[in-house]
This record gives sequence, structure tokens and C-alpha cells, in this order.
Amino acid sequence: MTLSIFDYLVILIYFGFVLGIGYFLKKAIKTSDDYFLSGRSIPAWITGIAFIAANLGALEVMGMVANSAKYGILTAHFYWIGAIPAMAFVGVFMMPFYYGSKARSVPEYLRLRFDEKTRAFNAISFAVLTLLMSGINMYAMGIIFNLLLGWSFHFSVIVSAVIVLLYVFFGGLTSSIYNEVLQFLLIVFGLFPISYLGLREVGGWSDLVKRLPENFTHLWKPLSSAANNPMGIEWFGMIFGLGFVLSFGYWCTDFLVVQRALASKDLNAARRTPLIGAFPKMIFPLFVVLPGMIAILVIPEFKSALDSLLKTGHAANVNYNMALPLLIKHYLPRGLLGLGLTALLASFMSGMAGNVTAFNTVWTFDIYQSYIKPGKDDKHYLWMGKMATVFGVLASIALTYIVMYFNNLMDYMQLLFSFFNAPLFATFLLGMFWKRATSDGAFWGLVSGTSAAAAHYFLIYKAGIIHYGSEMSANFYGAIVAWVVCFLTTIIISYFTKPKPDSEMVKLVYSLTPKEYKANIPLYLKPSFLAGVVLLATLILNIIFW
Amino acid sequence: MGLDIKLPIGLFFTLIGVIITISGLFHKQEVIDKLGFNFNLIWGLIMLAFGLIMLIMYLTTKRKS
Repeated sequence: MTLSIFDYLVILIYFGFVLGIGYFLKKAIKTSDDYFLSGRSIPAWITGIAFIAANLGALEVMGMVANSAKYGILTAHFYWIGAIPAMAFVGVFMMPFYYGSKARSVPEYLRLRFDEKTRAFNAISFAVLTLLMSGINMYAMGIIFNLLLGWSFHFSVIVSAVIVLLYVFFGGLTSSIYNEVLQFLLIVFGLFPISYLGLREVGGWSDLVKRLPENFTHLWKPLSSAANNPMGIEWFGMIFGLGFVLSFGYWCTDFLVVQRALASKDLNAARRTPLIGAFPKMIFPLFVVLPGMIAILVIPEFKSALDSLLKTGHAANVNYNMALPLLIKHYLPRGLLGLGLTALLASFMSGMAGNVTAFNTVWTFDIYQSYIKPGKDDKHYLWMGKMATVFGVLASIALTYIVMYFNNLMDYMQLLFSFFNAPLFATFLLGMFWKRATSDGAFWGLVSGTSAAAAHYFLIYKAGIIHYGSEMSANFYGAIVAWVVCFLTTIIISYFTKPKPDSEMVKLVYSLTPKEYKANIPLYLKPSFLAGVVLLATLILNIIFW
Repeated sequence: MGLDIKLPIGLFFTLIGVIITISGLFHKQEVIDKLGFNFNLIWGLIMLAFGLIMLIMYLTTKRKS
């Protein structure tokens, strides 16, 4: 694939703007709060877009297109049941405690509500996983641009890492958030032409549905049993595994996204952040699921894989990961090709920037300030944050090369992630809504939940004791096991240990927090109203594509 | 915050819109015939319009404050 002058211009202008934003924000950074929390000053529509864009790393975007080419419309479950309900929940119910407690990070909330060991467990596992994610993101980028354009792997990785380093180093979280908004718009403008031109080519939605098998075009019908659908999962695992445990575990407790809401200018804006993000999230399948479904018909090797699946009942071994790059190549004329590639590049970079900003905050506040050098002045921690940014980027690059040599690390990453994230939502649910939950209960709940997830995977599923319809199905059920074990362990141990006095849990637990946030605001700005609208709209989408 | 985000977004899409529009003007006739219309031209103008709207919004908020 060769690029024209227009394509190069688009890519260069993008680099220029990304660096320019970092440069102009530099002078606004005076304290560590400015650097790590944007001085809590950003309007809700911006943090709202950043809330979902931080999650739109390239692995997510490309992965979801690939998933849709493999499983069809079932992939939309990752949005409509796997994100929207959790986003509504964190905005309406949890944000008052995150933002209201003035915690600067998710691990810090855990320390305020529980104790040091619970915080340390979360902070350390989060910091390590975040850097790994960042490294995997970079690795994928190097591979894609090498395959598509023949750019050298090292060149793509180093150049984008240096750009990310510069804009995060100078502009901190604000810079990362601004670039996430820009990246989100780029994805919309860069990928919509694929959906539009693709749909024209296959003859519109009704023809697309006609030409694909039924279980590729319905959301819930094929979930009656695991044998009926390509994902190998039935409705119970989908609703409780993905829709409840994994989705709430990610959107409600992962600091990468929660940090965006903490940058809001007031509590109401913080509560509206995930709700505003939920609206574009709801229509996002238009930009990823639809192109994936189109790819099944227009990319020859996907088409023949489908044909052989229908004929023999066995899925051919096809690499779907390249679905999006192949579509970009297939549909976008010059100029727009540059825009599509820039959208990809942008999602790689902001995927990395999001991880690095979350890492530098957790490192500086929850590890460095807490255990290594407490009691220094603010300037010192601001400096440390910048150093952590440099370290985060360097470590990401190092991990990129580690991933290069240990290729299957990538397959294990999602798994590893779910070991830690799945039980976490049980801890937060009990911590925020049950004042009897104790510190020991929370800590041992988390440890046992994480161990249960690992034990379920290695000792039960891999050992062949239980059979699941697919790897994904095993992952969903593993998450359910981890959540239940954490939930029960926390409750049982809490009853045997002494709770904190009420006075120490004000603004941290539902029953001890004054409901002052229900102030006089217009209806359309009320979190509960926004949540109602987005949930209703999502329900309607589920019915339409039943 | 030091920088209103509407300014960089507005400038960025105005510039990109102009580039894509121009690339549409240079389209070969066969590319246009294949699609039935000049997609770059239309999409470029849409982005240009989006960029300009952002810039106008930036200027109005700036005047207010």
C-alpha cells in the first residue's frame, strides 16, 4: 500500500497538533493536582468523551472489528450489555464516593475506605498490568504499520512513544484527555466512510442481513444455547459474566477510566462524565461492528471461512486481527486513507497515553508518596510524576520488545486482567453500600477472588474438568466464579472482624454520606435522568436487533 | 485549563477538511465513476464545516468570558 502526499499531510498535521496541545498546556501545570487531575477543572462533555476514548486503544478498536468479522453482531454485546449499564451505574451511584471523598485515585479510595494492604494490592497489580497493556498496544502498532506500509517496527514504536512521552510529560492528564477527544473525533470521521461505503457495496443493511447466517445478525436469539452461536455462549454467561462481572469490574473500578471523571470540575460533572460517554458508546457499534460484518462479505478470506463454516460446521483458521487494516485498504481513497491510518495511529498513541497517565498517578500517589518518600512538598511529587511518565514510556517500550519475544503474552493478557478486575467490583459494591464491610474482609476477599479466578482457569478449565463452548465462555464463567468468591469471602470475614467507626467512613459509604448532590439542576443535567434515557435507548436497540 | 479544546479541534478539522476537499478535486474520473460520486469532496466539506463550527463556538465562548 502506498500513500499519497495528502495522506502524509494528514498524518503530519496530526503529529503537529498532538505536540502543540502538550506544549500549550505546559504553562497551566503548576501543582501535582494540575498534572494528575487536571486541577479538577474540565467540563463534563470533554471528560465524558475521554472516558470512553481512553478505553478505545487500538487493540480495542481493531479487536472489536476482528470480533465482529468472526462472530457478527454478537460483538455488539460488548457495548450494549457489556458497557452501558455499568457506565450508568458508576455515574449515578459510585461517583459520589469517588469524587466526593476527594480520593485522587481508585487505590486511594481503597485506603480511605479500607486500609493500606488493600490499597497496595490494587495499586501494584494495576501499575504492572497498565504498563503491560501499554507495551502490548505499542507492539501491535509496530506490527500493523510494518505490514501495511512497510515502516520499520522500531521506527513506528520509537516515534510514537516519543510523541506520547512529550505530550504527557508537559501537559499531564489534561493533555492526555484533550488528545483522547481529538482521537475520538478522528476515529468517527476516519471510520465512518468505511461503514458508509461498505454498506453501499453490500447493498444496504437488509441485504447484509440476508447474506449472513441468522446467528450472525441477531443479538439474543442465538443465545438460547451455546451450540447455536459462533461465540459458544448462552444468555446466562453473557448477562452475568460479561454484562455484570466483567463490565462492572472494568467501567466502575478501573482507574484508567475513572481518572477521567475525577478531572471534572464538580461532583455533578463527574457524575455526568460516564453518562455522557455512554451515548457515543451506544452508537459505537456503527463504527466497529458494522464494518466487521461487512468485512465477512467483502474480504475474500473471511468469506471463504464463512462458507466453509456453513458447509462443514467447522471454523477455518483465519487471522481476523487484520480486519480493520484490510478494510481501510479496501475502501479508503487517498486522503481519506491517511485519515483512516491517522485514526489507527491516534488510537495506538492515546491507548498508551491513557495507560501512562493512569500509571504515573498510581505510582506517584499510591506507591511513591505512600511507601517510599512520604511527606515531601508538592513540587517534589510533581517532579516525580514527570519522572514516572518517562519511566512509564521507557518501560512500555521495553515491554514492547518483551512481547515481541513472548508472543503468547498477548493472549494471556486479557485473562490476567480478568483475574484482577473481576473480583474488584464485589469489593467496591460492598465497600460503598455496606458499612459493615471491614478492611480484612476486603483484602482477603480480593486475594481469594483473584486466586479463585486463576484456579478456575488452570485447575478446572485447562485440566478438562469442566468444558465450555469457547475460550471466551470460560473467561466469562471464570469471572463469575471470582466475583462470587470475593463477595462471599468479604462478607464472611467482615462478620468476624471489627468494622471501622462510622465517623471514619463519612463520604465513603452510601448510608453515611449526606445526599447534598441532589441539588437544583435542570432535568437534562440530572445524572439519573441521563441514565434513564441511555438505558432506555439501549434497551430499544436490543429489541430492534433481537 | 490554559487552552480551550474547541480551538485545536476547530483548527485541526478545518485544515484536514481543506486537504481532503482538495484531494477530492484531484480525484481521477475513474475513482469517481466507481463510487458514483466524489466522496472525498463531500466528506472533506463536512469536516471543514465541523471545524468551522468548533471555531465559531470557540470565539463566542471567548467573547463571553
